[in-house]
Amino acid sequence: MLSRTADNLFWLSRYIERADSLARILDATQRLASLPVAYGGKTNEWESALQTAGVATAFFAKYEEANHENVVSYLAFDRDNPSSILSCFETARHNARSVRTALTMEMWDAINGAWIELRRTSDRKLAGEELTRFLTWVKEISLRFDGSAARTMLRNDIYDFSQLGMLLERADNTARILDVKYHLLLPDKDEVGGGLDYYQWSAILRAVSAVNSYHWVYRESLKPWLVADLLILNDQMPRSLASCYGELVRHLDDLARAYGRQGQAQRLARASRVRLDNADIKEVFQGGLHEFITGFISDNNRLGSAIHEQYLA
Amino acid sequence: MPALAFDEMTLSDGSIREAYGKLSEWLSAAPPDLLEYRVKEAELLFRRIGITFAVYGDQQAQERLIPFDIIPRIITNPEWNALKVGLEQRVRALNMYIADVYGRREILKAGIIPDDLVFQNEAFRPEMAGKRPPHDLWVHIAGIDIVRVDADTFYVLEDNARTPSGVSYMLENREVMIRLFPELFSRHRVAPVEKYSDELLATLRSIAPRSASADPTVVLMTPGVYNSAYYEHSFLADKLGVELVEGRDLFVRDDVVYMRTTEGPKRVDVIYRRIDDEWIDPMVFKPESSLGVPGLISAYHAGNITLTNAVGTGVADDKAVYSYMPEIIKFYLGAEPILKNVPTYRCREPEALKYVLDHLPELVVKEVHGSGGYGMLVGPHATKEQIELFRAKLKPRRRASSPSRRSRSPPAPLTSIPASRRGMSICGPSC
Repeated sequence: MLSRTADNLFWLSRYIERADSLARILDATQRLASLPVAYGGKTNEWESALQTAGVATAFFAKYEEANHENVVSYLAFDRDNPSSILSCFETARHNARSVRTALTMEMWDAINGAWIELRRTSDRKLAGEELTRFLTWVKEISLRFDGSAARTMLRNDIYDFSQLGMLLERADNTARILDVKYHLLLPDKDEVGGGLDYYQWSAILRAVSAVNSYHWVYRESLKPWLVADLLILNDQMPRSLASCYGELVRHLDDLARAYGRQGQAQRLARASRVRLDNADIKEVFQGGLHEFITGFISDNNRLGSAIHEQYLA
Repeated sequence: MPALAFDEMTLSDGSIREAYGKLSEWLSAAPPDLLEYRVKEAELLFRRIGITFAVYGDQQAQERLIPFDIIPRIITNPEWNALKVGLEQRVRALNMYIADVYGRREILKAGIIPDDLVFQNEAFRPEMAGKRPPHDLWVHIAGIDIVRVDADTFYVLEDNARTPSGVSYMLENREVMIRLFPELFSRHRVAPVEKYSDELLATLRSIAPRSASADPTVVLMTPGVYNSAYYEHSFLADKLGVELVEGRDLFVRDDVVYMRTTEGPKRVDVIYRRIDDEWIDPMVFKPESSLGVPGLISAYHAGNITLTNAVGTGVADDKAVYSYMPEIIKFYLGAEPILKNVPTYRCREPEALKYVLDHLPELVVKEVHGSGGYGMLVGPHATKEQIELFRAKLKPRRRASSPSRRSRSPPAPLTSIPASRRGMSICGPSC
């Protein structure tokens, strides 16, 4: 297939995944910010949402204050922000239009429908229940898109590239959430067990839709190292780094088999996968959680460049 | 005008023409809201599939639905067969004319076509002089616009020999009609159109350069998603099962064209290009073009790639050449043209120009190089200002050698056909 087509597909699913992540982050932030100050502590949740989304610098070039209204408007509807939900859907739709022939009708419908709908909702200042409804809608679009892909696409290289984009973005998002909040998960803090931490941990889980999963897996009250274990090493958890890399390796292997050639992308993905496989959460903490996560993020970026070099350029 | 027009369904005495018998019966039996309901259904289908076209300069509606009328127009088998022979004759003559213009120029030497019609033509490509494209074929895909004026007469309104577009609308139109009106199809025996894409692919494969492998690689080249006909490009690529490429997907090395794929460079043999000559290779034509492929023309001259249509075919399809088509057909084929031209006044000829200026409100005036409804005046529907604007454009220039740039068609009272909504009934393909 054309490199440009593969590139478009890769980014198309990355943007859908990114919109989904933003919706989860905003959702979790809104809940956290609405807690009484006694539970919420002094941290500005809206600012940390910006950091998780990786757009804090650009935001403060435009706004003075990271409050509810400004952050929601910037992360959800701002066209100046190339990673806002609106921009993600617009780019996704533009990409979809350029690769119409590689998408199934159902996938096209999911994106095109979302785009038409969003053009009606944009520019509105959403708050409270309206915002929640909007965020639910965004998550439904990504469910529809993923579901259509899973149910209607041929399992060929087209499928592999769209999955690669989604998984790479998903791993990046989970790692970023951990990166911004890692200090809350460290065991040597004064406020361990305090109200603030508890709600922060649950907000982390909520941002990756894992509150219930946590309880099924560990059958315990929230413990910071178990939250980290679930998001980093647990293979059963679809948004964990380990699970994303299991899938990334699988799709890269499928491509290598179809094309009869291995490359840097396969090697990098496998190396990261092995590292996650052999890691133990205690050792991760001993070696430094922050160092582990920042190391992962840069490896993940390196894999993105390798995929680009090998297939998409 | 509507009063004078020949109606394709109903004759002036109120009787129904034979071809429309069953349709007319069905129409009068159908409840009126059924039609309205199906129109809505059709629009929904089009919107969902995304059959749109862009109108340049229309910011409001960047993507519009193609206008579509659900009442079919019927062309009988004998009528179609006659058209077919006439169209084939015309396209054959177009090909011979272009080959001649870039070759021995017999028709100029014979004095049948004035030299300036070729050499001062914007679409003339000196780069092609003395060159022959693979298989000496220039126009592989032609779009000949036809209008009907009465029971027996079809006129050719326009020849499109560059990059004609619109066939996807015809194919999708048929799909939608079959879905919406299965009962009409079972009452008539309608010639199928679905073989179009197979035939197109077979044609494209058959014209690959001789140096190509037995299984040549065909691609469809688009200027990109912002082009007005982008929907059609993606639709056709899908139907043909070929890659839809943009200029940046292709590169030329040692006069061979490759596309960038996930498995590395892949050689390309045939490019069905939907991009005009001027944009196709910045090294030869517009240097600012980022839509084209540097070195493509060099690969073309080396005989390593077939371009469909060939470069330079525009020299045969402007409105001035159009008026010479009967002579062109006679010259190359030694036969009378089967399909007639709309009677046309060439404004390069002073007497014709005088007539045109005196009768502007009755005439259709077209700029020689306009297309797709741009650069034209429809006298009977025009305002006074529009008419005066064209009158100014037409006034003879003082420079003796300047060839008049416009010619014009006469009042062509086209036929009317039944339509589901008022106001759409008297339009032929080009108005």
